Amino acid sequence: MVSERKKKPFRWHVLVFLAPAVIVYTMIMILPLAETLRFSFFQRDTTTQVVSFVGFENYIKLFFDPYWVEPFLNSLWNNCYFFMIHMLVQNPIGILIAALLSMVHLPGKKLYRTAIFMPTLLSFVVVGFVWKLMLSPLWGVSKGLMKSVGLGSWYLPFLGKEETALTTLSLISVWQFIGIPMMLIYAALLSIPDEVIEAAECDGVTGISQFFKIKLVLILPTIGIISILTFVGNFNAFDLIYTTQGPLAGPNFSTDLLGTILYRTFYGQQLQPGDPNMGAAIATVMFFIILTGVAIYLFFIQRKLTRYEM
Amino acid sequence: MAISRARRNRMAELGAHIILLAFAVIALFPVLLILINSLKTKKAIFRQPLEFPTSETLDLVGYTTVLQQGNFPLYFWNSLFVTGASLFFILLFGAMAAFALSEYKFRGNRLLGLYMALGIMIPIRLGTVGILRLMVTTDLVNTHWALILVYTAQGLPLAIFILSEFMSTVSSDLKSAGRIDGLSEYSIFFRLVLPLVRPAMATVAVFSMIPVWNDLWFPLILAPAEHTKTLTLGAQVFVGQFTNNWNAILAAMALAIIRCLFFTRSSRASSFGA
Repeated sequence: MVSERKKKPFRWHVLVFLAPAVIVYTMIMILPLAETLRFSFFQRDTTTQVVSFVGFENYIKLFFDPYWVEPFLNSLWNNCYFFMIHMLVQNPIGILIAALLSMVHLPGKKLYRTAIFMPTLLSFVVVGFVWKLMLSPLWGVSKGLMKSVGLGSWYLPFLGKEETALTTLSLISVWQFIGIPMMLIYAALLSIPDEVIEAAECDGVTGISQFFKIKLVLILPTIGIISILTFVGNFNAFDLIYTTQGPLAGPNFSTDLLGTILYRTFYGQQLQPGDPNMGAAIATVMFFIILTGVAIYLFFIQRKLTRYEM
Repeated sequence: MAISRARRNRMAELGAHIILLAFAVIALFPVLLILINSLKTKKAIFRQPLEFPTSETLDLVGYTTVLQQGNFPLYFWNSLFVTGASLFFILLFGAMAAFALSEYKFRGNRLLGLYMALGIMIPIRLGTVGILRLMVTTDLVNTHWALILVYTAQGLPLAIFILSEFMSTVSSDLKSAGRIDGLSEYSIFFRLVLPLVRPAMATVAVFSMIPVWNDLWFPLILAPAEHTKTLTLGAQVFVGQFTNNWNAILAAMALAIIRCLFFTRSSRASSFGA
């Protein structure tokens, strides 16, 4: 085997197969990421306009200068809240819908599946504006609807109040993306072999207790993957906030996420000019937040999940 | 015993239907509301938002405004071209790399696989500062190619990950038979393996298409010029300009939704065809 390998000519085709993907991926994704990291150590001098190396100055500003640290911590906290709502609402409801869909004889399940998955296919622009219109006090659709079920006095301009705007946006995002956990968990539930379910039924484990004691345990790895996808998606969210609330993430920055603060820092806003170097520093911090989250998942959570051979 | 169990099952089924129906209504209601109201007069939009258009309240002024004012056919073409080209490159390059990684043993194979998988977890947006600089130096800002390159890079990691799982299930006897018959490695890939993984390619295509078509971030940063605006960005700008023209906004939204429904159908057809 060893002598055979020595004789083998260089396998050009392996290189040809790999080269396009590796080159595009490295040039457009990896190098710009590295470039962003490098860029975050530089800063343009306000008077001479010369860009020079400043070490960790941008990071020190970001973490200790009140002008930066307050909006940054605000957006970080908002982002954690945004993620929490997704974990508490989107994923449990997704599991519930998938569990109901996987009931053996349920006519019309395809229709339900398509309907519930539909918002996922809509673009953020549509989702953002549709909800903005519906919740707008100008149009009064939501007010009228709430009145008709006797909740009229609970109506607020949900997107316009600091206390409710972020929760409302999180729920809109849940509405949009509920289809993804639903589909993935539905597929996982279908792949549980019949023998396992039959064995459970022989032991008298049926219905809801069967779901919690057997099926839920078997699909835990899928739930883990969904959680990490939600995490990465949420800490990278920008579009929904931008389309509904604009780049200023109003009212009074109460819906500011890391993505919107990155956009504002990079491109500037009314009060402050764009600062690409500071933007690079924020992007780098986001990179490490996401990396930490993924690493925690891979090393601490995924290892504890038992995968059952099915 | 048997009867009570059957009855309980029927009750459970009814409960399932009620809950699922409720979620389906929540999912579809906003969409329907937009479609209905886009066909009505401005007065009717505000007076009876929940009613279907009647002969009195029917009004297509929104649609005519959109088609006259917006540059939507151009935006649509831009989106179509960018999405189509990106998908082509994601699938071609992704399948080639996935084949190499799953078929051949070479030093650093696993490491390269991990390197490519890194991109699944790290969003490409975080490299925006670097990407913009790269596009400025290569003079690609405000061209379709800037977007196509970015979306290809963004889609490749997941495509390679999914496709190499499928490629490793293709029987090695088939490939050996091909080699004995004197097929080159390229023909083995293009003529034997590729047709067999078409279902997986369709899955990858659907998964890669949605974020590309709906992306707002990169069109906004890399190609905001009028002649390269994608449909998503065009709709965003249009809605921003026509804040008070409800007919026009609703019609623009309705058109975007209809296009989406069309997409779902065609994507399903393609995955069945595979």
